[in-house]
Amino acid sequence: MKKISMLSRWGLGALGALAMAPAHAEWTLNMGRGVTDLTDDVFGLHMLIFWICVVIGIGVFGAMLYSVIMHRKARGFEAAHFHESTVVEIAWTVVPFIILIAVAIPAAGTLLQIEDSSDPDMTIRVTGYQWLWEYDYVDEDVSFFSRIDRESDRARQLGSGIDPASVEHYLRNVDNPMVVPVDTRVRLLLTSGDVIHSWWVPELGGKKDAIPGYINDMWFKANETGTYRGQCAELCGRGHAFMPIVVKVVSQSEYDDWVAEQGGDAESEGELATGQPSSGEVSADEATSSEESPTAGNATEGRTEDGREDQPEEAEESIVGSGEEDEGSEPATGDEPSSEDTGSGDGSSGASGGGSSEVSEDELMSEGETVYANLCAACHQPDGSGMPSAGFPALKDGAITTGPVEAHVAQVLNGKGAMPPYRGSLSDREIAAVVTYERNSFGNSTGDVIQPSQVAEQR
Amino acid sequence: MSTVNPTDTHHHDDHHHGPVTLADGVWPWMKRWIGTTNHKDLGTLYLIFSFTMLFIGGLMSLVIRAELFAPGIQFVDPAFYNEMITLHALVMIFGGVMPAFVGLANWMVPMMIGCSDLALPRVNNWGFWILPFAFTMLLGTLFLSGGGPASGWTMYPPLVMQTGNALPLMVFALHLAGISSITGAINIVVTILNMRAPDMPLLKMPLFVWTWLITAYLLIAVMPVLAGAVTMILTDHFFGTTFFDAAGGGDPVLFQHIFWFFGHPEVYIMILPAFGIVSTIIPAFARKPLFGHDSMVYAVASIAFLSFIVWAHHMFTVGMPVSAELFFMFATMLIAVPTGVKVFNWVATMWRGSMTFETPMLFALGFVVLFTIGGFSGLMLALTPVDFQYHDSYFVVAHFHYVLVPGAIFSIIAAIYYWIPKWTGVMYNEKLGQFHFWWSAVWINVLFFPQHFLGLAGMPRRIPDYAVQFTDFNMVSSVGAFMFFIGQFVFIYNMIMCMRGSGTKATGRVWEGARGLEWTVASPAPYHTFETPPKIDPREMA
Repeated sequence: MKKISMLSRWGLGALGALAMAPAHAEWTLNMGRGVTDLTDDVFGLHMLIFWICVVIGIGVFGAMLYSVIMHRKARGFEAAHFHESTVVEIAWTVVPFIILIAVAIPAAGTLLQIEDSSDPDMTIRVTGYQWLWEYDYVDEDVSFFSRIDRESDRARQLGSGIDPASVEHYLRNVDNPMVVPVDTRVRLLLTSGDVIHSWWVPELGGKKDAIPGYINDMWFKANETGTYRGQCAELCGRGHAFMPIVVKVVSQSEYDDWVAEQGGDAESEGELATGQPSSGEVSADEATSSEESPTAGNATEGRTEDGREDQPEEAEESIVGSGEEDEGSEPATGDEPSSEDTGSGDGSSGASGGGSSEVSEDELMSEGETVYANLCAACHQPDGSGMPSAGFPALKDGAITTGPVEAHVAQVLNGKGAMPPYRGSLSDREIAAVVTYERNSFGNSTGDVIQPSQVAEQR
Repeated sequence: MSTVNPTDTHHHDDHHHGPVTLADGVWPWMKRWIGTTNHKDLGTLYLIFSFTMLFIGGLMSLVIRAELFAPGIQFVDPAFYNEMITLHALVMIFGGVMPAFVGLANWMVPMMIGCSDLALPRVNNWGFWILPFAFTMLLGTLFLSGGGPASGWTMYPPLVMQTGNALPLMVFALHLAGISSITGAINIVVTILNMRAPDMPLLKMPLFVWTWLITAYLLIAVMPVLAGAVTMILTDHFFGTTFFDAAGGGDPVLFQHIFWFFGHPEVYIMILPAFGIVSTIIPAFARKPLFGHDSMVYAVASIAFLSFIVWAHHMFTVGMPVSAELFFMFATMLIAVPTGVKVFNWVATMWRGSMTFETPMLFALGFVVLFTIGGFSGLMLALTPVDFQYHDSYFVVAHFHYVLVPGAIFSIIAAIYYWIPKWTGVMYNEKLGQFHFWWSAVWINVLFFPQHFLGLAGMPRRIPDYAVQFTDFNMVSSVGAFMFFIGQFVFIYNMIMCMRGSGTKATGRVWEGARGLEWTVASPAPYHTFETPPKIDPREMA
């Protein structure tokens, strides 16, 4: 028994260590009420069924406990011999059935309301990619990508040495949040460009899957302004934990201002009322991506047939080619118009289309480094050494990164195996920058400088 | 006693194949275990295999819980983490829980119905020996470049198509495990329907035999469905079919429908034999017959039937028509009725019994309480509008671990404590057994109960890293996991002592209140039992 008490003391010690948990930590026990009428109804149903379970539990466990205490041989209790009773059996079949009906009726009512997405005030198309979201405001001609914020992304790396508690909204923050007006019926149309994702912001309602080849819909009408956070809820590969969702619910006038800012006027680029800096790439991609989601889905399907290969670097042109054919067959996919030059206030993610102006190597290298840290380093590692054992090849002295430029650009555009295609989410300039960076870093010294126009040609 | 002649008093001159022991040489001893067709030997092999797999799967869960102890990525790459959650589930389900129940059925079904062996002994041998190969292949994928399967045990396409070289090996491993399960199931059905002792009508069969008969039918019905689903993944990946590929006119959601048409009966495959075990143990230690034996049978049959029409409650969020969501919600809620009947009947069996609390009874009572908690969260999950919030969150993780660990695995442990004196002829160490129960019962709740809170607060499942507000309960849960795991070595030690024959000798009856044919033979049970059908004393039956 000495051993036992020692072990349990160790256990208590470990529990005691919890007292030193980070300051952000919370002991939240229950579901939140959310900020829509329907989340309130759902919360009510949750509490209803919970209390029914508690009452039944008290009854069953109470009877059991009473029996365990009173009807034990140690007290000299003689066993009775009854072993069936049709009346009792019928009673405890029928009574639970009636209770269930009493729960099923309000549950069905709430379900019908949740599933009725008719008459929306506005519609946003949401496309999941590995591992970011695209929001496309169908009526507003606003479209942008939303991915994990840089600070969280740095802190989440294996052995980053950064305390997650020191990062504000660790893993629950994005570069470009979805912005919607309060008291507005917002319909989301969900699809995916690669694998299945699931869009979930608990305060705004339940989750809905984003599935390639499907367009699902869900809706919410937020009653309170604020910032609401969630994340992808369906396992979607290595970065599943790192595709947060942030929705800012703002007043109608703030929303109108925000839309105007997204409209492409670089002068009005500024901060939202809530203080979240808005990145220039929002406007950079809007021109093409509004029609691109279903297309991207097809292209990716073609890609995934190939699966994750041992050495993805040795791309077979035929596979890349077939992906491009799929893409090309969709009429809406064209070159990015050069008008997007106007879109950028932020050099790091700013975009420049297939314009004639040359970009200097220094600029490309520094922009490329940013893109690389954001998107590539997670798998290919910050030093380009990759993770060969997990199927992510090294870029240092890589077959692609030191081979023909065209194949390198094609791979970034089209993806390969577990690598997602970036034709939808990166501008020509960003791709040119990251390719230039990869070809002249980690000890690679090809000396190639890729211009956005080259990427535009290959698109 | 007008029961049977214990068969060890028989001396058949035509039976020379008694068990070979190590004393006869290593190679003959190995040949015995490789070639054995004896249901008791194979039962032992199944159980040893199963506990090996439970140990490996347990180690994987410790990798998971270590990584989740604190926010940030401390130990493993997220890709490896995904391999761990995938293999943890596959190993625990197909390598741990299912073979354990087949092992118990091997040992006990012939002895409970009074026949000498399973109907198809060679098939039985084959069914077992497939398994080590299947799981060597599955676990071997961890050493491939590109790593093991990382798409979750549910293998949803298109994600599963990103698996590297592990994909065909995973598919073939599941094919083999499926063949093993089907052979075992056919064997059990044929044995139960054809080889019962003459005085044992179907409705008088012990509940463990009944639940296994129904489980076996479920296995035969759904394992081929799984085999079909994974084969379609294989052809999608290698042969250019597009069953699940939207770009080729296929449908990724179709896979989910097929998978869960297998998957939901599968979860009852893992719990119905547990019901049978608990329905056997509680009357023995309450010294009172099982309350409502027949209604228990009907309840199990109803659950089995309902299990075929509720599959889509695993996929409420894929965007089904609202009519389908309503149907699957109502059908799922209905399962609470027969399940409730079973729990009420167990409590009624205890009521005014004369209870003692040896280790098997403690684990059976732990099962009733903790399985019921898992059942409650299951009822909550059945409500579609609320499921939209619970789905794919840690609430679901808590739910199915409550029904699988303190549910299925507690029942397996209870069964082993209950029957091991009959198998080995010696009693296990009761003090260690009691300690094992209390240790497990405490830490399993420390491990899984906080996960309810995490899910309700919005933590999704299958993530290696989380927002900092989830830290506290994850730490508690991880502490619980390590402590629970450590405690299981007490059990392993206890059982090894029994297998080595050190301990007090067990009587034939073993437990004062035990009823059933298995208690009419000597302890340890002779290598061959009931070579002639026993005459059954009615008091031995339900």
